[in-house]
Amino acid sequence: MTEMVYGTVPVVSVDPIIPRWWRTVDKWTLTCVFVLFGIGLLLGLASSPPLASKNGLEPFHYVMRQGFFGGLALATMLVVSMMSPQLVRRLAVIGFVCAFVAVALLPIFGTDFGKGATRWYSLGFASLQPSEFLKPGFVVVTAWLLAASQDIGGPPGKTYSFVLTVMICAMLALQPDFGQACLVLFAWGVMYFVGGAPMLLLIGIAGLVVMAGSFAYSNSEHFARRIDGFLSPDVDPTTQLGYASTAIREGGLFGVGVGEGQVKWSLPDAHTDFIIAVAAEEYGLICVLAILALYTTIVVRSLMRLMKERDPFIRLAGTGLACAFGVQAMINMGVAVRLLPAKGMTLPFVSYGGSSLIAGGIAVGMLLAFTRTRPQGEMEDVLMRRIGR
Amino acid sequence: MIRTPLRPLARVLEARDNGDDPALIEAENKRLRHEAMRDKARLRAEGRLLVLGAMFFCAFMTIGIRMGALASSEPEEPRAAVAGNPIIGQRSDIVDRNGRILATNLETHSLYAHPQDMVDPEFAAAELAHIFPELDEEKLLANFTGDRKFLWIRKQISPEQLQAVHDIGSPGLLFGPREMRLYPNGPIAAHILGGASYGREGVASAEVIGVAGVERFFDAYLRDPANEGAPLELSIDLTVQAASEQVLAGGMSIMNAKGATSVLMNIDTGEIISMVSLPDFDPNNRPPVLTTGDQSDSPLFNRAVQGVYELGSVFKIFTIAQAMDLNLVNPETLIDTTGPLTWGRFKIRDFRNYGPELTTTDIIVKSSNVGTARIANMIGADRQREFLNSLGFLEPTTVEMVEAPTGKPLLPRNWSEISTMTISYGHGLSSSPLHLAAGYASLLNGGTRVQPTLLRQDTVQTGDRVVREAVSTRSRDMLRQVVERGTASFGEVAGYKVGGKTGTADKPRERGGGYYDDKVIATFASVFPADDPQYVLIVTLDEPVESSGDEPRRTAGWTAVPVAAEMIRRVAPLLGMRPEVETLEPIGVTLTSN
Repeated sequence: MTEMVYGTVPVVSVDPIIPRWWRTVDKWTLTCVFVLFGIGLLLGLASSPPLASKNGLEPFHYVMRQGFFGGLALATMLVVSMMSPQLVRRLAVIGFVCAFVAVALLPIFGTDFGKGATRWYSLGFASLQPSEFLKPGFVVVTAWLLAASQDIGGPPGKTYSFVLTVMICAMLALQPDFGQACLVLFAWGVMYFVGGAPMLLLIGIAGLVVMAGSFAYSNSEHFARRIDGFLSPDVDPTTQLGYASTAIREGGLFGVGVGEGQVKWSLPDAHTDFIIAVAAEEYGLICVLAILALYTTIVVRSLMRLMKERDPFIRLAGTGLACAFGVQAMINMGVAVRLLPAKGMTLPFVSYGGSSLIAGGIAVGMLLAFTRTRPQGEMEDVLMRRIGR
Repeated sequence: MIRTPLRPLARVLEARDNGDDPALIEAENKRLRHEAMRDKARLRAEGRLLVLGAMFFCAFMTIGIRMGALASSEPEEPRAAVAGNPIIGQRSDIVDRNGRILATNLETHSLYAHPQDMVDPEFAAAELAHIFPELDEEKLLANFTGDRKFLWIRKQISPEQLQAVHDIGSPGLLFGPREMRLYPNGPIAAHILGGASYGREGVASAEVIGVAGVERFFDAYLRDPANEGAPLELSIDLTVQAASEQVLAGGMSIMNAKGATSVLMNIDTGEIISMVSLPDFDPNNRPPVLTTGDQSDSPLFNRAVQGVYELGSVFKIFTIAQAMDLNLVNPETLIDTTGPLTWGRFKIRDFRNYGPELTTTDIIVKSSNVGTARIANMIGADRQREFLNSLGFLEPTTVEMVEAPTGKPLLPRNWSEISTMTISYGHGLSSSPLHLAAGYASLLNGGTRVQPTLLRQDTVQTGDRVVREAVSTRSRDMLRQVVERGTASFGEVAGYKVGGKTGTADKPRERGGGYYDDKVIATFASVFPADDPQYVLIVTLDEPVESSGDEPRRTAGWTAVPVAAEMIRRVAPLLGMRPEVETLEPIGVTLTSN
């Protein structure tokens, strides 16, 4: 009777959300992220007490905060990873617009915390770095534009996305935050590359980056000093880099022991940019290699899964997110071993920092959402390709 | 290659004929094209993603390998390195003409602190203040507990202090190697050498730079690594220099002088064998520059080079020599010496009245102002000026010291006739004792110009001709007679045939207004041996008083001459000169061998 009056209850043709999520999500990547966060907390226990005591706080103040924000970030990540790609795209575009406006307004409302670069909004209890949130949104928007341009009669997405990239890079470079600017440029480049960039153009862009770098070198004191520090063969041991190298050497294979490290007392950024030095000193090469393996697994696995992806948008967005994540980790560790010039960049999920954690959570959540197993109609493809020939 | 048409025109036409909707066919075609494009893009993306994955893997591997390499290398002692070009530590030695060391380098240590590495700053500060009494414990502690990351404590420490600081055992107290400049002979030749101090300083080394004297003048040479540590050879003879200083210091105290200077110069080469200025200082511990008062009272002041004085009658020989060179007089010409000689409102007097007439030789021997002034009148201002210029009296000396340009002669603003007359006997023109030495050397070496030099020379200087050789010889004879029977009779040194001329000049008052009655500059300009001159010696005493007699005597004959004679007696043998004693006839016995 009820059905006759109200019509039949629409049959839910798909599984409940959680089981489906569990079945399709990349569990390896998920595990790696959790382990990384655990390592981050462990290193925070070692690296942040000096800072806390310097600021007159209880010793594990920063660890508690890290735990709180980490929990928040992991929750965000799980929620985001459960969304469908379409929903992710919609939310990301809205988020991107907000973050873009926030970054644009930084010169007016932002603070520099005496570090020489206006990158933060001070919210009283915490500070917010909008450029961290801009990155995942930017990747999704760019992927969307690039994918749309692949449709017949689609918009000129490549041009639009490039203009957008240049605008964002300019804004970041004005802060100045060359690290994030490079990261954004790199993410765009990778997506463009996977989206089918002509080889000649790629070479041209590489040349352009070199030129922009030398321009920044000759015009920005801040930038030039870091490059010089990198190029000089003898590192001055009283600089951050010098302390980091010394710490890695002290650590050796198995480290000097938990809590025995010295570098955290000398380095102001021991809990953020140079946390890998703390890891190397206290837990040794083993720990560092483990961290490296985790990052490699996340990045390479995600890329391999995306290879099977048929939808160009998902493929591009996933690539951008995975590469931005991987490169950020790579640059951070490359600086500590002096393979790369000093650049203020956090180690995702390991370094201390609320914005960085939550933004990382969002980004990896999106990545997980994009790398979920989906029916890809492989048989159909094969058949179609045969017909095409 | 068969091109596939973009639009399936054949099928569209067919559909039109059949009355079907061609748009469906178009749409179908578009879908197929799209699928094909996507497939192509996906294949390409697959390849590129693989490349990306491989690249990331390699990059992470590289970081891992690099981390491994770094972790397996030995940690270094943290030490602040200096960016840019390294400081070249080795500074060349300075040696005398026989290769004896005048200045060299010594390895010492500097002491600096890294307060952040200190375990017990209170203890370290207390111990440091104990080791170095001049350090302030509270100030040290404030520095050790403040924000400073680096702190110099001492730029040089001795080995004992090094050990004592080491025994404090604080990891925040560090030592750096440091070269210091050492003058092993102390104050000997202090003014010539000058001194050195630190320029750019780093933890690992410091730059030693010259601050005065030859150290400053030859700074670039001494620091030039291209010399490969070859020493700088000076013309100074260390033994002669030491003996001269000793004699001069003794003379200065006996004659109650407030300062003294001597210059011993080779007459042919212009090499300065010794140059003394008293009071002196220790270049290992240079006194600070005076900030008030007269710089010439500072021990740093080099009287021989920087001090310009009216040197008095020693100039007379130049007047007489020029007059002889111009054939105006010969040694036997009689000159009117009735005094006083009145010229306008000036009166020129002699020390004593020497009678109505004197020969030219006796004017020098007795040192008659009136006679010299008369001869100068015969020469005239222009020719006198030109002659003194040819001897180098109008310009600073070119000796290799940074102080040389400051020893600029003071000349009369208007070289009038009265100036000509006063300059002829050494008043109205101020010059340094080094000028005088060069002038005497130029006049007496046969008559060619000699420039003073502090560098060892191997060849005789061949300068412009100043006077004829005969005039030079006659001048020597006159100077010899001054010692034999004139004002410088105390200057006789057996066997060395000293010739010379005294000069006693009243000191001008500081703020103009004439001369002091009781303050003189006493000078003896000598040459030896007079028959074959080799060396010129100038001895100048500032405000000497010889008080052994009934009344205080200030003339050079009683003050500067005995000091110079003693100096010649001491240094002539050191210079390898054999005294010419009268050989006796062999007495009856004939020595035979074999």
